[in-house]
Amino acid sequence: MGRFHRGLDVGNIDRKDINFSHLPKLKRFVTPFKWYLLLALALAVAISLLSTVGPLLVRRAIDVDIPSGDFNGLSKTALTYLGIMLFIEVLHVSQRYVMSWTGQHMLYSMRRALFSHLQDLGLDFYDKLQVGRIMSRVTGDVESLNQLISSGVLGLLTDLVTLFAIVTVMVRMNLRLALATLTVVPLLFLVVWTLRTRMTRAYRRVRRRIADIAANLQESISGMRIVQAFSREEVNAEKFSDTNYESFQAQLEAARLHALFHPMVDIISALGSALIVYYGGLRMSWHDPTVTVGTIVAFLNYMTRFFWPIRNLTEVYNLILQAGVSSERVFEILETKPNVQDKEDALELGEIEGHVEFNNVVFGYEPGLPVLHGVNIEAKPNETIALVGPTGAGKSSIINLLCRFYDVDQGEILVDGMDIRDVTLESLRRNLGIVLQDTFIFSGTVRDNIRYGRLDATDEEIEEAARIVGAHDFISRLPDGYDTEVRERGSRLSVGQRQLLSFARALLADPRILILDEATSSVDAYTEYLIQKALEKLFQGRTSIVIAHRLSTIRNADRIYVIEDGQVAEVGNHEELIAKGGLYKTLYEKQFAGAPLVEEREHEADTLDREVAGGTKPTLRPRPEHAG
Amino acid sequence: MKVLRRLLKFAAPYWTRYMLAIALVFAISGLNLLEPMVIKWVIDEILESKNYTLLLYGALAILGVAILKGVLQFFQRFSMSWAGQKVVFDIRNTLYRHLQQLSFSFYDKAQTGQIMSRVTSDVETAQRFLSNGLVQIISISVTFTATLIMMLSHHTKLTFMAMIPVPFLAWRVQVYSTQVRPMFWNIQQQLAVLTARLQENITGQRVVKAFARKDYEMDIFECDNMALLERNVKAERLSGVNWALMRLLTEISLGIILWYGGWQVISGSITYGTLVAFNMWLGQLLGPIRRLGFWVSMVQRTIASGERIFEILDTKAEVDDRPGAKPMPPVQGSVTFEDVSFSYDGDHMVIDGINLDAKPGQTIAVLGGTGSGKSTLINLIPRFYDVTEGRILIDGIDVRDVTLESLRRQIGIVTQETFLFSASLRDNIAYGKPEATDQEVMEAAKAAHIHDFITSLPQGYDSVIGERGVGLSGGQKQRVAIARALLMDARILLLDESTSSVDVETEMRIQEAFSRLLEDRTAFVIAQRLSTVRNADWIIVLDKGSIAEQGTHEELLNKGGIYTSIYNLQFRPQEILFEDTEQARLEDAASQGGGN
Repeated sequence: MGRFHRGLDVGNIDRKDINFSHLPKLKRFVTPFKWYLLLALALAVAISLLSTVGPLLVRRAIDVDIPSGDFNGLSKTALTYLGIMLFIEVLHVSQRYVMSWTGQHMLYSMRRALFSHLQDLGLDFYDKLQVGRIMSRVTGDVESLNQLISSGVLGLLTDLVTLFAIVTVMVRMNLRLALATLTVVPLLFLVVWTLRTRMTRAYRRVRRRIADIAANLQESISGMRIVQAFSREEVNAEKFSDTNYESFQAQLEAARLHALFHPMVDIISALGSALIVYYGGLRMSWHDPTVTVGTIVAFLNYMTRFFWPIRNLTEVYNLILQAGVSSERVFEILETKPNVQDKEDALELGEIEGHVEFNNVVFGYEPGLPVLHGVNIEAKPNETIALVGPTGAGKSSIINLLCRFYDVDQGEILVDGMDIRDVTLESLRRNLGIVLQDTFIFSGTVRDNIRYGRLDATDEEIEEAARIVGAHDFISRLPDGYDTEVRERGSRLSVGQRQLLSFARALLADPRILILDEATSSVDAYTEYLIQKALEKLFQGRTSIVIAHRLSTIRNADRIYVIEDGQVAEVGNHEELIAKGGLYKTLYEKQFAGAPLVEEREHEADTLDREVAGGTKPTLRPRPEHAG
Repeated sequence: MKVLRRLLKFAAPYWTRYMLAIALVFAISGLNLLEPMVIKWVIDEILESKNYTLLLYGALAILGVAILKGVLQFFQRFSMSWAGQKVVFDIRNTLYRHLQQLSFSFYDKAQTGQIMSRVTSDVETAQRFLSNGLVQIISISVTFTATLIMMLSHHTKLTFMAMIPVPFLAWRVQVYSTQVRPMFWNIQQQLAVLTARLQENITGQRVVKAFARKDYEMDIFECDNMALLERNVKAERLSGVNWALMRLLTEISLGIILWYGGWQVISGSITYGTLVAFNMWLGQLLGPIRRLGFWVSMVQRTIASGERIFEILDTKAEVDDRPGAKPMPPVQGSVTFEDVSFSYDGDHMVIDGINLDAKPGQTIAVLGGTGSGKSTLINLIPRFYDVTEGRILIDGIDVRDVTLESLRRQIGIVTQETFLFSASLRDNIAYGKPEATDQEVMEAAKAAHIHDFITSLPQGYDSVIGERGVGLSGGQKQRVAIARALLMDARILLLDESTSSVDVETEMRIQEAFSRLLEDRTAFVIAQRLSTVRNADWIIVLDKGSIAEQGTHEELLNKGGIYTSIYNLQFRPQEILFEDTEQARLEDAASQGGGN
């Protein structure tokens, strides 16, 4: 929930200063578009240069045309003014289009880079950072960076050009007056500079509070069924309200500082105007011929125009501060090294036999806390290996290592004699079929979910796979069959059905090595039977490593590894281990001693099979009681 | 506009803040009008008439007006930001509360990312309008009106001339508004699609990695990413052209003033100072109007986002307290189903005419094939869904007549899927009873046989579980969930017996925990364990949503129907374990298996 700040979002908000060092890294997103940016910049420069012509024309009208009573001249000036404005607007449209196009493309590539990097990051990253927090960075922070790039950077440059142009005109018109006006600029810097640290801190807090909200929301929504089952609405609403309130507070602090910016700039601008009037008037009183009422009016006009870009610049500065904070957060992800990476010279793992060896593997999720202490396991091609042992013994870790979700600390894991760290992750995992206990169903059709195993599979192949694992039957009974939309996490499919789908997915992938974390969740008798049949099919003709809970699986395994406290306690097949009378025998007696013998169940299975084949919905028919 | 009005309703409680801000806007506009007057005065009375002794006062007047204006501006901006953020705070809380009331049927269909996008991104869009936008729009209209009046009072004809482009402007605003709003809606929608995609990808990261599906995921993401880009660029293009057009129309005003006003000065009907002042007034008018396009697009964006927010708020909770619903009195535990039928979609009955009577303290075992309606049946008792026909009574009271909270508080639930929150273990166990003492939490954990494991962790009960329970094995998660239900100490218990991946010892212990859980409680159990079935007071076997068989274990076995068949397939093997405790028999069974 929101109040638990974990992983990457733990850190000191009150860090003294902004880390501008991240901003140059944005270069990689900007460089591909440098020509577009330059074009936009050129347009912007043209616009600002032309914009200075406007007041000149107004001045001409007021100072020259009107006093001299030259109506034709006035008409000409007015028309020129309109003509230039039309031209400026045409440039504006082009510039805006180029800029938004570029901005959107940069935004696109930034999201893409983040998403791509997220695919590479190891599971340890996901263990640490809540989903909502990651999402908040990919959407919110990227958006805030985009604002800097698309409006900020360009605005910065055009405003600087405009400023320069206006200052030039002012200086050329009257140097003394211009210098007097510009004395207010240092004051401006002082104001902006003093607010800087506090604003950075405020924005950092804002971004983090937004991530808190996202994290809280994400979990609340995913777990809504539990929330309602336990009548937690009130408590959760209060907790959310707390998180929300903290965000409100953070936003308010930022708003307060931001609200200071504009009035300050306006006051300084008025100070400039006052200076022009006062000093200009003084010059006039001294009979300085270079200062006329027209000059002062023009200068007052320029003063307004001079402060427009300055006002914008403070806004850009504000954006830079925000973007600085956001880029910290974005690059924190982009610079997190995946815990498992391809070596420089990693090889492609081609077609393999399926020989798997663990040699003295030592591993721990946290440094100094090993969960596996020197594990040795071997699976020859086409063998089925069962891993059994108490909860927390390290079975799942063994599987995680073979999939290379994590890398071993010591020892090695070999596939066909090759260290799995020497081959590319992609080629390794292509050869592995992994069925996790926690079956994950994506929103999409049933067909899409099975196809996930092999993207180029035809509809026939998909149905074939479903048929083999015994899922075809229930799928065809769904409202739209294979095209039935299953929602996020497969709601409304039962756990058993989801398992069958994940089997079909794995079967379709047709891997040389199958890794299975057997879930024996509550499934009814018929589904259990289907699952057992499916497993037999799955194990055929490939190396299988299974965290086994079913007696049928264990008995059919070529070798059973009994894992206890991160070590292999016993190895052997079922009979050998029973005969040995060790840990396995104890486990077996407690759990499986009376379990169905596979052959014994064949008869029933046949009955069911016939019913399925006959096209009728399988019902469980009464049958004479078995002799005990 | 209806959407805007509804959004503004959220702002209503803070009307004093808004009024203050509006008052400040008036004051600021007044000062804005004063500025050119001061300048006009300085030019006409000091510079033109060479009255230089007043120069310092002139300069100070300009500065004084600006300082006053600056102070007012700060308070105006801040009070508006405050109000805007407060409204957002309220909208978020309202959304959150509403989301919690929405029924399971809503979550069956909704995607997490979609909802999140509305609560975050759409609400932020509304916020931009409700704080900054509203200030600006109000201040623009006020300044506009005031300036217009001022101009009219000085020279009517000149003003009318300047206003010539206004009708065209109004027409463009109208056209642009209708065109751009659906575009903004599409953008927000696409953003939500992208968020949902991201959310699923992150949540399913294990599977993505397991199947080495990075490229595939990238392709899908890029497709959505690109769609978002295109929609944005399209809207930007439309906006760009329209904004330029609107700006151009305002420039025409300025041209007219210059040309017509100049002519008036030449012909001597207005003074030079009036023209300069007019020029400045017009500048004040046009400055904000030049940004008109921006404001129009902000309003349209807000309406689009508002629609999406209200789409959630307008979704009725299918299951809700009836008007006048009373709290459920302390439950004795009798549960009665009277002709209960239920359908998710209205035509396909998932539960069909169930009659059932559970007396206090009884255990009802529910059996049946996949899709026979077991889970649905159980979900009807705490009103996760409401019955389509018939009624369910607890202690003779229709469950729909009492408040949801009082009903669910008295029902303990262990679901098939274990969802734990990324909070401490203590908080997870005390989830249904946050006020539970440490002692109670520990008792529950001990009963569920998870206490020893928890105390073995470095931080014990304060250990924070990773999201989706990362770091705990399936069996451990499940025991935490059992402890969670135990702590509720409810009279009615709904149990989905799932035995997912627990080792033998744990299994035995969970059975113990379960049997303790079932004592003295009315329980509905989707049964997987023989012990449960045998000890159940009543067994119902569901088939296609109806009760196919019911009775006690012995009765049903003698009957030789579906139950017998299930029993032989699923439970009989377990029975051997329970009855044949002798070592010899065990070994015999094992060797038989090996022999065949």
